[in-house]
Amino acid sequence: MALYSETVMDHFLNPRNVGTIEDADGVGQVGNARCGDIMKMYLKIDDDGIITDVKFETFGCGSAIASSSMATTMIKGRPVAEAAALTNKAVAEALDGLPDYKMHCSVLAEEAIKSALEDYYAKHPDKRKE
Amino acid sequence: MIYADNAATTKMSQTAIEAMLPYMQDCYANPSSLYTAGQEARDAVEAARETVARCIGAEPREIIFTSGGSEADNQALLTAAAIGKKAGKRHIVSDAIEHHAVLHTLKKLEQDGFDVTYLPVDGSGIVKAEDVSAALRDDTCLVTIMYANNEIGTIQPIAEIGRLCRERGVLFHTDAVQAIGHLSIDVQDTQIDMLSASAHKFRGPKGVGFLYVKKGIRPAVLIEGGAQERGRRAGTENVPGIVATAAALEEAVSAIATTAPAITAMRDRIIDGLSAIPHSALSGDRMCRLPGNIHLCFEGIEGEALLLLLDQKGIAASSGSACTSGSLDPSHVLLAIGRPHDVAHGSLRLTIDETLTEKEADCIVQAVKDTVSYLRGFSPIWRDLCEGKAAFIL
Repeated sequence: MALYSETVMDHFLNPRNVGTIEDADGVGQVGNARCGDIMKMYLKIDDDGIITDVKFETFGCGSAIASSSMATTMIKGRPVAEAAALTNKAVAEALDGLPDYKMHCSVLAEEAIKSALEDYYAKHPDKRKE
Repeated sequence: MIYADNAATTKMSQTAIEAMLPYMQDCYANPSSLYTAGQEARDAVEAARETVARCIGAEPREIIFTSGGSEADNQALLTAAAIGKKAGKRHIVSDAIEHHAVLHTLKKLEQDGFDVTYLPVDGSGIVKAEDVSAALRDDTCLVTIMYANNEIGTIQPIAEIGRLCRERGVLFHTDAVQAIGHLSIDVQDTQIDMLSASAHKFRGPKGVGFLYVKKGIRPAVLIEGGAQERGRRAGTENVPGIVATAAALEEAVSAIATTAPAITAMRDRIIDGLSAIPHSALSGDRMCRLPGNIHLCFEGIEGEALLLLLDQKGIAASSGSACTSGSLDPSHVLLAIGRPHDVAHGSLRLTIDETLTEKEADCIVQAVKDTVSYLRGFSPIWRDLCEGKAAFIL
C-alpha cells in the first residue's frame, strides 16, 4: 500500500490555490521551521463575508502541502463562519485519510485558516459577530 | 527507475544470486546433519567463512555469521560489556553519529550501569582521534566508532583510533556496515578487534551479515539454542545467504580498485552539479567520504516533499528529514554536525553505485534543481529569506 491516498497525492502533485494575495483581507501563518512545517494562508473576503479567494504557501512534507491545498478548496466561495468551523478531521477525511503521524498536518491547515480569520477580524472589527 | 539509495540497500549481484541458488534447490540439507548432503552444506558455510575472512584480513574462526549488521553491532557491544563487567570496567567511548543499532544498545547498557561518553564530531562529521584518546579512562572497556557514516558518508580515522586503542589495551569495535565492500579494509592494519557487516549493503542478500571478533576475545551469546557458529550464535545457518554473502563480498572487494575511483568521479560530478543550487551545502567531509555518498541540505524546503517529487520523476533517494522518519526531530547525524533543525529538514541523500551512467547523473542533478526551485516557489520560509525578513543560514 502506498504511503498516501490517491487524493493526497493528487493535491500534493497538483496543489490548488498556490500563491499569495497582495491585498488580502486576512493572512495567517502557523507552524515553525524547527518542526518542519509552516503554512501561510491568504484570504480575500467580500462585504457579505464570503471568502472570494484563498491562496496558500507551505513549507513542509507532502501531506502538509496536500492538507493546505484541500483546505483551501473547502473554504473558497464559502462564508467565513463556515471556514471558521472547518475541522482538521474534515480536511483529513476529504483527503481520504492521512497516516496517524501525519494528522498534525491537517491540524495545521485548520489552524492556518483560523489564524487568517483572526487577522481578518483584527483588521475589520465590525465584521466580528459573536 | 534511477536507483540512488544504495546506502539503504543494494541490488543483489548476479554472481551472488547464482551462488546461492544451489543451496536452495539441491544442497538444501542442514549443515548440522551427519549425512553427505549435510556435510556438503557445512563445507559451503566454511568455504564462505574463509572467503569473508580473507576479504578483511581475518582468520576464518574470527568470523561469526549473523542475521545482519544490527545483530552484529548488538553482539559486539554486549561482548565488550560482558568482558568489561567481569573486570569492573563499565565505561564505553562512542560518538554522536553512530547508527541506532549501536546507540540503542548503548542506551540499554547505560540502564545496566555503564557510563558512555558520546564524543562530538566536527562540522564534517569526523571524530578526532585525540578526542578518543582523551576520553579513555582506566575503566574504559570499549571504544565503538563507525567506519563510515550511513547518512553523510564521512569516513573516520579508523587506523589511528585502532592504534591508540591497542596501545591503551582497550577493545575497539567498528560498525563497518557502510564501508565493507566499498573501501579496502584490513582488520590487522587498522587494529580492529570487532567489526560489523551487513551483506545487503554490498550486493549480497538481506537478512545476513557477520561479526569479526579477534581471536582471544570471547563473544557474548545473544541467541541460545544450539552449537552453530561454534556455540557463539545458535540457529540453523542461513546457508544460501552465507554463501551469497561471501560471493558478493569477494566480487565487491576484488573490484574496488576499479569501481571506487569511477564511483567517486561520478559522485563528484553530482556534488558539483548540486552545489550550484543557491543556499545549499554539502554535508560530510569532501575528501574523507564514501565513494557513492552525496548528501546536501537545501534551505527553505522540506525533504519528504523533495523525495516524493523525485520519485515521480523516477529517482529513488533518501532524506534525513523528520517527516521521512515518523519522528519530530530530523536526523541526529545532521544535528550533530551543527545543522539547525530548519536546514536539516531540507536534506537529500543520494547513494550511487558503479552502474549509474553519466546521463543518469546529469538527469539527477537537473531533477533536483527543478524540484528544489519548484518547492521554494511556494515556501513561506523561502519568501521570508528572499525578502530579507529572515537570515539565510546556508
